Amino acid sequence: MSYKFDFSAVFDNFNELLLGCLATLAMSIAGMILALAIAVLAVIGLRLRPRWFKYPVGGFVEVVRNTPFLIQIFFIYFGLPAIGIRFPPDVAAVIALSINGGAYAIEIIRAGVEAVPRLQIEAGQALGLHPLQIFRGIVLRPALCVVYPALTSQFIFLMLTSSIVSSIAARELTHAAAVLEGITFRSFEVYSVVTVLYGIMAILLSICFSLLFRYRISYPTR
Amino acid sequence: MINGLGPAQYVLILQGLKWTLLLSAIAFGGGVVGGGMVALCRASEFRWLRIAATCFIEVFRGTPLLMQLFMTYYGLALLNFPLDPWIAVAIGFTLNASAFLGEIWRGSIQAIPRTQAEAARALGLHYWPMMVTVVLPQAVRLSIPPTVGFLVQLIKGTSLAAIIGFTELARTGQLLSNITYQPLLVYSVIGAVYFVVCWPVSWLGKRMEGRLAAG
Repeated sequence: MSYKFDFSAVFDNFNELLLGCLATLAMSIAGMILALAIAVLAVIGLRLRPRWFKYPVGGFVEVVRNTPFLIQIFFIYFGLPAIGIRFPPDVAAVIALSINGGAYAIEIIRAGVEAVPRLQIEAGQALGLHPLQIFRGIVLRPALCVVYPALTSQFIFLMLTSSIVSSIAARELTHAAAVLEGITFRSFEVYSVVTVLYGIMAILLSICFSLLFRYRISYPTR
Repeated sequence: MINGLGPAQYVLILQGLKWTLLLSAIAFGGGVVGGGMVALCRASEFRWLRIAATCFIEVFRGTPLLMQLFMTYYGLALLNFPLDPWIAVAIGFTLNASAFLGEIWRGSIQAIPRTQAEAARALGLHYWPMMVTVVLPQAVRLSIPPTVGFLVQLIKGTSLAAIIGFTELARTGQLLSNITYQPLLVYSVIGAVYFVVCWPVSWLGKRMEGRLAAG
């Protein structure tokens, strides 16, 4: 192998990559929050059950889960302007991440909500709680607790998926890498460093999620 | 400029679909072999084999698929392989599928109660006869629904080959969109084709899961 590795080209521009990391984190966290909001609203809608509501939700989940993220983001960024809906790349990226994450989160949270025993809800009703109080305290909170591991690993996966939004030139880590590659021609070095950075972000997120669980989400069960 | 999608364009889409399916099949086939080895290493009795398999799995699950493809693409070039997207994506997806399937199957193997293995040992079976006749048959049954679920993820994932420049279904969509100036129509059709391929597989996976849960 005659190739000489030269990482200096990468580390001279390391600030650009760190900014890319921040952008990736910001974008994915915004996506996660919106995805959670979409999922919780959809699950509330399913609980309130006008019968027809499960059809649009089910259709949404199936369509999003059975098409590639790349096509979803192309559809939003390149397709929608044809009917006059235009977003800048960064916004399109966050929307695509929220929709994609939302569809998976609906499935996960719905499973958790369905696992809450009816008896507990009836106990809440017997105590004279408002339906919203019942939903928040007796249904949603325990459900989120149960599905927390599945939900957070899905969200970490969402952060990794966000590298795909570089294909519409949304400014995040992979885009920063592509720019740097274009300047330095050190493709392998750039992408190996960026891969490591993604790995570090995934580990950091997973640490944050478990801290969040310990101090904010979990509660004593007895 | 071509207006709309005529028969010629649909033929192109079907050709793109052919490459998507072929790439998925290769990655899945390679992933079954690689994943099998990874799972056996991960559940092995040797410590260093377990550690190596765990590292492999964590690296591929903890980094973006797109980065893995870039790494194989440019990494192969460093090893003086020709820069052929087809080979690079085939290897990249195979490695990725090996890691994910390895983790799924590791879970299935370890879900089999220890007592089964101990009973096999008590009957005097060595490691391989025990694995092949007692543990694996039960683990395979458990592992089929998540494996089918992963297949959907794999088929969708092959769309990233488009970013490397391999002309499969998603890249065909990009090209058609550039030719026809009708991105909304083109990406709807491409999305629909992916859906038609993936949805039955998802459905099958869910059905099997239901059956397994029912006993």
